[in-house]
Amino acid sequence: MGNYYIPASYFFSHVLNAKIMKSPKITSKTIELGSKYSPDFVCSPFKYTLGTMIEGLEKGANVIFQLGGGCRYGYYSELQEQILKDLGYDFLYINFVTGGKADIKKIYRDLKKIDKKFNPIKALYYLFITTKMIKYMDKIDDYIRKNIGFEVNENEFEKTNDEMLKEFSKTKNYISLYRTYKKYRKKMKSIKVNKKEVLKVGIIGELYTVMEPFANYFLERELAKFGIEITRFTNAHYLLFEKTRKVKKYLKNTKEYIKYRMGADAHDNVARAKELCEKKYEGIIHIKSSFCTPEIGCMHIIEKICSKYDVPVIFFSFDSNTSEVGIKTRLEAFYEMIEMRKNNEMLPRD
Amino acid sequence: MKCYLGIDIGSISTKGVIIDEENNIIASSYIWTEGNPVESVKKLVEILKQQLPEEYKIHGIGTTGSARKLIGIMLNANVVKNEITAHAVGTLAFHPDVKTILEIGGQDSKIIILRNGIIVDYAMNTLCAAGTGSFLSSQAKRLSIPIEDFGEIALTSKNPAKIAARCTVFAESDLIHKAQVGYSKQDIIAGLCKSIVLNYLNNVGKGKKIRGPIIFQGGVSKNKGVLKYFREILNEDVMVDENGHLMGAIGIAILSKKESSEKQYDLNIEDIKFITKANECNKCPNNCEILRIYKNDEHVDSWGSMCGKVK
Repeated sequence: MGNYYIPASYFFSHVLNAKIMKSPKITSKTIELGSKYSPDFVCSPFKYTLGTMIEGLEKGANVIFQLGGGCRYGYYSELQEQILKDLGYDFLYINFVTGGKADIKKIYRDLKKIDKKFNPIKALYYLFITTKMIKYMDKIDDYIRKNIGFEVNENEFEKTNDEMLKEFSKTKNYISLYRTYKKYRKKMKSIKVNKKEVLKVGIIGELYTVMEPFANYFLERELAKFGIEITRFTNAHYLLFEKTRKVKKYLKNTKEYIKYRMGADAHDNVARAKELCEKKYEGIIHIKSSFCTPEIGCMHIIEKICSKYDVPVIFFSFDSNTSEVGIKTRLEAFYEMIEMRKNNEMLPRD
Repeated sequence: MKCYLGIDIGSISTKGVIIDEENNIIASSYIWTEGNPVESVKKLVEILKQQLPEEYKIHGIGTTGSARKLIGIMLNANVVKNEITAHAVGTLAFHPDVKTILEIGGQDSKIIILRNGIIVDYAMNTLCAAGTGSFLSSQAKRLSIPIEDFGEIALTSKNPAKIAARCTVFAESDLIHKAQVGYSKQDIIAGLCKSIVLNYLNNVGKGKKIRGPIIFQGGVSKNKGVLKYFREILNEDVMVDENGHLMGAIGIAILSKKESSEKQYDLNIEDIKFITKANECNKCPNNCEILRIYKNDEHVDSWGSMCGKVK
């Protein structure tokens, strides 16, 4: 998902005595493979991950790790394992989260299976570095997202980011990681940007589609071309470490709309929509994969919030069959609408 | 005198207008796209040229509609914009106080909410073409009734048949069923018109604040039956402009006027050789479909590449 294969492979390559294969970058072929062997009405993250697994197995992988999720995704891994076994692949399938819970003993046993010399103390140390790496990556990412639409020299941000990721993957210990991070943070801040009056747009929605650029047809890149400042909440650090902490706060902030958790990120998105409205963002974009049940549930609440605060919102559902031209047309119209609204802010609206 | 050309190339029809500085229509035309935007635009420009008095000179060209990018390159347009903005701008030029635009075209339908002359909200149909013009025309063919008479016939019905509105496939089986059990053609046609309205309001119009003045546009607005049911169900007056089908083209002409310069455009395009070639780039597993555009055998543009490295 995105660039997160870097910390993941960093962790496993240091902890396990095994050859870690980089999961191949998602391409059209990935989704083609995934769709071919998936049920048609399953959401696209299932198809993307299944496609990636097939590509990985074809390249010779024999162990697959999977993390579960808080929605239907929690049950997907069993199904994916069955599909892959039916296709005749021989491999070991390790699911870290079963039945919605991470069982540490089970994980330990599973890892012992792969590597008899597996050392949990060493694993903890590298887990620490890896989580820090994710945190730094996300921080830099946030900064890039806010500024990439305004860079003076094209591609400078992307290039610097690639350099940083390359150095990250070669990190030896925590101190060198921190130094690299600081070095690149300085570099990023020194990149020239031309930013005056900006339009601010928040992206919310189902986590996989939000985080994997291929799955949302490079939505952020398209928006940056218009010169829009983008805010996005969901990233790996949020999902792994902040989510559980924030749920209560989110539910409290939105108690006039929701009472209980809605599964996956749905209630988070309701709270974020409200937050974006209160911060007077010019627009909100909600994206999800087709058939994502939790997000369908929160869409109507978000619409209600947005009409109360008079903030325009647009909904996109992505699938393997989505037409790219259609998305571009709607995005362009959305951009022109929020620009028009911004320029005529003073006019009353009934 | 200065004038401006706006072309709206839709899936079914191609619309073109030439306006002067005061947004008066000097020339206009409406022809079928027939699946070939390049040829139909050549034809359209010929028709417009014949209508254009000699003292007028084109100072701006704008294109909109689903083939806007291609035709924009072909004509060297100074403005290429989406149809939502174009429709809103065009409509506002004639009806500055309008608050809701309902639009049903050949393949898509949209709703635009305006307040004080600015777009504040819009929606467009997503995945399927249910409840659009192409569905109506295919049903007209099935019932062997010319599509132009559809509206008139619908108005004669006193008891419109109930027809499933959600999806064209269900609507069609419902239609056949109703015909087989003996409903009259008028009632079926009226039911069909009503189902278009319900489908539109339940999909595109869902959650939108539809307020008057309302204007109804796009090819389907010529259908009196659909108009009648819009008025009935919304319980508001719904206007139809006689130039409603041209609003997109007018809008884009106005936008091109705003960005025009002293530069003059000539309209001699019938001899221009305009070829597009599509092929798959096999340099990575993305297998992007690259479309290359040649004008008089000269490569002018290409698109479709995800990495941007392939030209």
